[in-house]
Parts: sequence; structure tokens; C-alpha cells
Amino acid sequence: MNFPLLSFLTWLPVVGGVLVMLVGDSRASLARWLALGVALAVFVATIPLYTGFDTTTFALQFAERMPWVPGLHSDYHLGVDGISLPLILLTAFSTVLVIIAGWTVIEKRPSQYFAAFLIMEGLMIGVFSAADALLFYVFWEAMLIPMFLIIGIWGGTRRIYATIKFFLYTFLGSVLMLVALVYMYLKAGSYDLATLYALPLTHNEQMLIFLAFFAAFAVKVPMVPVHTWLPDAHVEAPTGGSVILAAIMLKMGGYGFLRFSLPITPDASHSLDMLVIGLSLVAVVYIGLVALVQQDMKKLIAYSSIAHMGFVTLGCFVGYEIVASTGHFDGVTLALTGAMVQMISHGLIAGAMFLCVGVLYDRLHTREISAYGGVINTMPIFGAFMVLFAMANAGLPGTSGFVGEFLVILASFKASFWFAFVAATTLILGAAYTLWMVKRVVFGAVANEGVASLKDLNGREALVLGVLAVAVLALGLYPKPLTDVMEPTLRHLAQLMSVSKL
Amino acid sequence: MNLTLANSLSLAAPEMLLLLATSVVLVVDLFLSDRQRHLTYLLSIASLAATAVLVAGLPEGRHVGFNGMFVVDGVARFIKLIACGTVAAVFLYSRDYLIQRGLFRGEYFVLALFATLGLFVMVSAGSLLTMYMGIEVLALSQYALVAFDRDSPVAAESAMKYFVLGAIASGALLYGISILYGVTGTFDLAALAERVNAGAGSNIGLLFGLAFVLAGIAFKFGAVPFHMWIPDVYHGAPTSVTMFLSAAPKLAYFALTLRVLAEGLGGAVGAWQDMLIVLSVLSIGVGNVVAVAQTNLKRMLAYSTISNVGFILLGLIAGTQFGYRAALFYTVTYVLMALGSFAMIILMSRKGFEADRIEDFRGLAQSNPWFAWMMLFLMVSTAGVPPFVGFFSKLYVIQAVLDVGLSWLAIVAVLFSVVGAFYYLRIVKVMFFEPAAGEITVTAGPALKFLLSLNALAVLVLGLFNSSLVETIARAMP
Repeated sequence: MNFPLLSFLTWLPVVGGVLVMLVGDSRASLARWLALGVALAVFVATIPLYTGFDTTTFALQFAERMPWVPGLHSDYHLGVDGISLPLILLTAFSTVLVIIAGWTVIEKRPSQYFAAFLIMEGLMIGVFSAADALLFYVFWEAMLIPMFLIIGIWGGTRRIYATIKFFLYTFLGSVLMLVALVYMYLKAGSYDLATLYALPLTHNEQMLIFLAFFAAFAVKVPMVPVHTWLPDAHVEAPTGGSVILAAIMLKMGGYGFLRFSLPITPDASHSLDMLVIGLSLVAVVYIGLVALVQQDMKKLIAYSSIAHMGFVTLGCFVGYEIVASTGHFDGVTLALTGAMVQMISHGLIAGAMFLCVGVLYDRLHTREISAYGGVINTMPIFGAFMVLFAMANAGLPGTSGFVGEFLVILASFKASFWFAFVAATTLILGAAYTLWMVKRVVFGAVANEGVASLKDLNGREALVLGVLAVAVLALGLYPKPLTDVMEPTLRHLAQLMSVSKL
Repeated sequence: MNLTLANSLSLAAPEMLLLLATSVVLVVDLFLSDRQRHLTYLLSIASLAATAVLVAGLPEGRHVGFNGMFVVDGVARFIKLIACGTVAAVFLYSRDYLIQRGLFRGEYFVLALFATLGLFVMVSAGSLLTMYMGIEVLALSQYALVAFDRDSPVAAESAMKYFVLGAIASGALLYGISILYGVTGTFDLAALAERVNAGAGSNIGLLFGLAFVLAGIAFKFGAVPFHMWIPDVYHGAPTSVTMFLSAAPKLAYFALTLRVLAEGLGGAVGAWQDMLIVLSVLSIGVGNVVAVAQTNLKRMLAYSTISNVGFILLGLIAGTQFGYRAALFYTVTYVLMALGSFAMIILMSRKGFEADRIEDFRGLAQSNPWFAWMMLFLMVSTAGVPPFVGFFSKLYVIQAVLDVGLSWLAIVAVLFSVVGAFYYLRIVKVMFFEPAAGEITVTAGPALKFLLSLNALAVLVLGLFNSSLVETIARAMP
């Protein structure tokens, strides 16, 4: 048997996290280095996952399978395909950055902080590699516990409200998904995803199952109108928590749509696609406008995340309308590719934006836009990074932010001019709220003494932002390695979407 | 098949040993001075261990003795073994608590052992009379246990409440039994099952009797609307007694419900299913919602018990073999979590400080991170979050009700478990997010600490690997 790489990636961070916690706060420096070591080891271990990945097939690779709960015919079944591989890479990458970013900033119970992130990394990789619905659900829910603690322990002043809201919102969505999964298990006799894909379901069943899934995934994405937990959670979470939340946890919603909703309930997805498309467009326009008026930088980026995730859900579901108006499938894969690229790119950009805010917050302990002004005068290097990421957030060509949005808009055009038109307003709105914020924070004259006393990035911060900048530019200039990985899987998914189960 | 007297007696060997050993403990304790009291404690645990050995030695398969009055089958063996372990764990957990409060007296152990005997008899009841006898032995011991701290007015008050309400419930139960006897002419559960299948199931008199029996059982189990005594009794009794009440008897009441409903009245499933649905939905709803408003941890756990009873009933509602197994799985894991939760209160408490308010746990994560994590495991598991075992127990009962087409019931149950998550999380919040109000000193001994850690870790391990427990239960309930 081959080396169980996915199990290694899943459990190494969990075990490492427990060890880091056992090292304890009295030896904080050892705990930090150990945490970094584990995170780097996981990241290095994802490289063979990428290099060994066969980009010509949609089949699950690196698969591992053994009985787990025999009474429920649920297996410990892991595997990656073109959808999960990029997200696993993103997870491992972000965790390393988050640990470096929290290096000295976290003074309160540091070992538990790093442990929580490592454990969460393992669970998130588990979510992305689970090929068994019950296993997926276990990882999916277990992930809430470390995040709950991260926001609650290391968060801001209203952290307790925010974290309980976060937990209950996502828990509420998830339990409905659980009922749907159990229902399907009783029909199919297995929790294996491949079996569920093949399970015939009546239209009525599909509609109910779709709505149950929708409750879980729409909360996670989050989509309007169940997005209200996100601004609270983001604002109150520590910088690292916001980064992981934005970079990975939101992606779980999109991942869920691609992995569960579309292939398992294709007919219901078809019937209800206008609901999702409508909510996505509302997110793009309305939330874009909401972002414009925010006073708090983190809140602004949180709303911008919701607007950007609107593109993901749009890309996932616009395929049905493309088929309806053009009669062929070419555009469907395009839209799905756009959604995926948007997820990865948003993971990088939103993560970077939150890190930028974190850099400022660590210095002046405020996130109010009005408390800053003219930062570029005292922090030129930081200013350059912030402007770059802001441009990427606004979708400037050459950055990764452009690729995803462009692909989705292009695909939407095939469905309807108006979808594309409304979606494209993001180019204006996104530029408006991001750049206006940058203008007020970074440019202009030095606003006050606090800003005048700012010190520019230290080596650690520059390293983190620099790595992210390279990634954002690389993906923007040459996204082909990413799209190549995804293509066969998304092509297959487009097929699954379009084959009726009735 | 009916056996000779000698064979019948051999089936009841564990009960007889337990009775004998309890009597010995009772007599020996009279001759001990306070300093030698630990001998009572050791003898009690030894009695349970010896009983467990005899239970393990009982023959495989289903055997009926004493002309159908006494049944030994897989469920009985399994539950008796678990009960021995549970009661022994309660003793271990309680030792320090009792010593610190001057309550380390023989009565506690003797009463708890008599309660265990009653529990054994209930679990093996083959007739309504044996069942009633078991219930009363258990109940009377429990009343006395609650009042056992005689200087505490709260304990006396709750014992009074418990006794009066319990007597009414026993009356209802007995009345129901008499109606069942009147309609079918038998106390024997197997004979009752035959009559019901032969057509007595639709007899209005039988349904009338069934309603009374069910009300009695629901009271003992603590299902809404017969739950009023639970919060007061849980709150008023010494924590070590509350721990006993919340754990071992649940196993017995589960077995009892299974015997009466599934074995005796299985033919009238349509009649009791609807009643159980009402009890279950009300329990899950009221238990979870009212628990949110509690500031006392013991009261909160009392309401949590009520909602958990509702979940156990969900498994029974299904009326399928899978459902019964799911309910047994739920009961066993619930007992594990309840033991751990009350043990945490005991761990935190010391003389003059009961640690039974939620705020007493403030800042535990800073002063004692290990036990804060253990409590987190227990709370999150009870809330039903994977990968802990509490998730799987909920999963199984939900699957059981979905399997019989009661999807709405499953949805109601999971929605209320979200409400439930809130108050369990509040404990986590208090421990992890809030600064300590004062110095938290843990005075508990190493044995308690070790057992508690084991208990909480079992909640995690059983969640990750629960197939062996599932298989054991499947073997017990073929």
C-alpha cells in the first residue's frame, strides 16, 4: 500500500496541535517553533500531492479507504480531485502564513492559539479530502470548535457575541444537512459520495434535500440574507482567525455546492438556480454598496468577501441558464472554473487584506478608517503592499482577482446579458469601496500623531505579505497550472449537473 | 421455556449475591468507627465487582425463570454490566465529596446498592409485578438518598417533593397495571404480548391502561409533562446523589420501557407511538429551551437530562430493532456523559463550596486548562457536535425515526439540539473566554482526576471509534 498522504496531511496537524498545546505557554518560544515546524511540514507534504496529481482524469486520487463505522456503511474514505486539491494547497499555505503572522503578536495563551490553528488545519484538510458524506460531516462540524475558541479567546471586545452567533448560525445550517444526508443514506445504503451521486431521487426529494444543503452551504459562503454572522465574526476575530475564516472557511460553502448540491440534486439545482443566481447578484450589488459605507476596515473587507463570494455561487449555478440559452455545455465548465479560481484567489487576497489590517491594528489598536490617513508617509513598504492587494481586490487585470471575476462574467454573458451586466458592476463597486478605503487610510497627509509614529513592516510581516503578493501576481499572470488541475474534474461535474436523476 | 427452581435461582444469582453483599455491608458498617469507614466503601465496590463477574457468567441467549417472572437476555446482561460499572464509578467519584462534607457514611453505599438491586430486578422483569417491585425498590432507595444529607433543608425539601410526586406516579403506574390485568387477565409480559397480538390491542380498556402505565414510566424517566420533580431534585440533592440519579436509573428505565412497550405491548405500537411522540417532542423542546434560562449548573444539567430523555424516546418511537439499539446506545453514552459532567462539579467543589453555579467555572481554562478541556469535551459531546460520541448517539436515533418516515420529528429534534448547543457552549464560554472571578483551587484526589480524565477522553475515543460498542449492542439485542 502506498504512503497514506492524505491521512498524514489530515492528522499531522491535529497531533502536532495537541503537542503544541502540551508544550504549554511556559515554553512559548518552543511552542511557536514547533507549530511552525508542523505547519511547514504539512505544506511541504502537499507538494507531492500536487506533483503526483494526474491532471488528465477526474477520478479520486491518493485514495485511502478502510471501514470506519461498519454499522452505518460509512468508510474512512479520503481522496482528492481537481476541486479539492487547490483548496488543500490553499489551506496548508494559509496556515503557515497565519502562524508566522501571529508569531509575537499573540501574547495571551500563545501555545493554545497555535494549537487551535493547527488542529483546524487538519480538520479543514479532512473536509476537503473526505469522500464519504458522514466523514465529511464529522470534519465539517468538528472544525467549528477550534474556530469558536479562536474567536472567543483571542477576539475583540464583542467576541463572545460574535463567536456564539457564528457557531449557532453554522450549526443550524449543518444539522439540516445532516438530516438530508441520513435520509439519503437510508435510500442508498451507504454514505459514499459516489453512491450518492448515482442515487435516483424524485424531484420532490431533491428539492427538500437541496434546501437542506442550501441551509448549510449558504450560511457558510455566506449568501444574503444569512450573511449577518460574517461581519461580526470577522471584526471580532483575531487577525489569524479572520484570515482562515476568509481564506478557507468561506470556501467550504462553495465547495459544498460543487461537491454535494450540484451532483446530488441536479434537477433541484436546475429548478432553483434562479434563486441562487438572484441572491448572488444581490450580494454583488447590495453588499457592495453596504461595503462602501463601512467605517471599520475589517467590516469593509468582510462585506467585500460576501460580494466576492457572490461570484462563486453565481459561477456554480449560472451553468443551467447557459445551457438553457445556448443549448450546449461549453460555458458550464467555464463558469465552474471561474468559481473555483475566484475561491482560490479570494482566499489569497482576502487573507492578505486582513493581514494588512492586522499590521495596522497591531500598531495603533484601532480598525477605524478615520483613525488613519497618510500611512504611506511613514510606512512606504506596507503602503505598496496594501495598494497592490487593494487593486487585486478590485479585480485589476494581472492579479488573481481579475481571472475569477472575468471568467464568471464571461460565462454569465452566455446565459444572459443582464446577469453579466449586474455582475460586472462589481468592477465599479469593488474599485469604489476598496480604493476609497485605501485612499483614506494610505494616502494623503499624515493624519495624526499615531500615524506619524508608525514603524514600517518588520521582516516577518514583509515576508508574509511578500509571499502572498507573489502568489496573487503569479495566479493573475499565469493561472494555467491551477486551471489545468481543475479542468477534467469540472468537466465531469458539468456532466453530472446536466444529467437528470428523475 | 420455563426452568426448574434451581435453574431459576441460578439465573438470579447476581441479584442474590448483590442482596447478600448489601446486607453484609449494612451489618459490617454498624461495627465500624468513622476512621474505618473506608472499609464500607471498599466492600461496596467489591460487591459490585463480584456481581459484575456473576453477570458476565450468565448463560448466553434468552432464559426465563420463576414461571416467566424473571428474564435474562442480552439486554439484561449488557445493562446490568454497565450499571455495575456506573454505580462503581459513582462511588469512586463521590468518595472525596462525601468525606469533605461529613457524609461519608454507610447509608449512602447501602442505599445506592439497594437501588442497584432494584435496578437489576427492573431490567430482568418478565412480568408487570416484578417490574413494579423493582421500580419501588429503586425509587424508595432514591428518595432516601436525596434526603440523605439530613442537615440540608434544600435536600429535605426536594426529597419530600420527589417522594410525594413519585408516589402519585407509582399509583398511576399501578392503576394502569391493574387495568391491563383486568383486560388481559395476565401480568406476564410474554402472555400479554400474545393477547395483544390476538386482538386485544385495539381494546379501549387496554389503551386506557397503557396510557396510565406510560404516564408512570414517563414520570420515572423524567419526560415532559411529567418532569417537574427533576430540576428540584437534581438541584437539592447532594451532587454525589444527583450523579447517581442521573446515571444508573436511566439505564433501568430504558430497559423497563423496552420490556413493557416493545416486548409486552409491541402489538399495540400504533397506540403508544403517538403518545411517545408527544412526550418526546415536549421533552426535547421544553428541556432545551428552559435549560437556556438556568444559572445553576445542576439545574441546567437537569433540563439537559430531560431533553436527552426525549432523544432516547425518539429511538423507541421508531419501534424497530434499529431504533431500540439506537436508544440503548444513546442511553449508555448519555450515562457516560452525565457521569463526567457531574464529576466535574464534584471536582471543582470543596467543603463549603458546591461549584454548582455556572459562574463558578469562570476562567477554568487559565487556572486548570486540562480539566477545562475535559469539560469542553463533555459539553460539546452532549450538544451533539462531532467527532464526540454524543453526535453519533443523536445520529443513530435520528436515523431510526427517519427510517420509519417521521422526517418532521427528526427535523424538530435537530432544530432543538441547536437551541441546546447554546447552553452547553455557555459553559465553554465561561471557562475559556472569561477571566477567573477568584482563585480556583482543585482539591480532588488523584483517583478522581484520573477517572474523570478517562471518562472525558472516552467520550472522544468512542466518537472516533464506536463500532465495537455498536456491535456489542447489536449482539445484546439480536
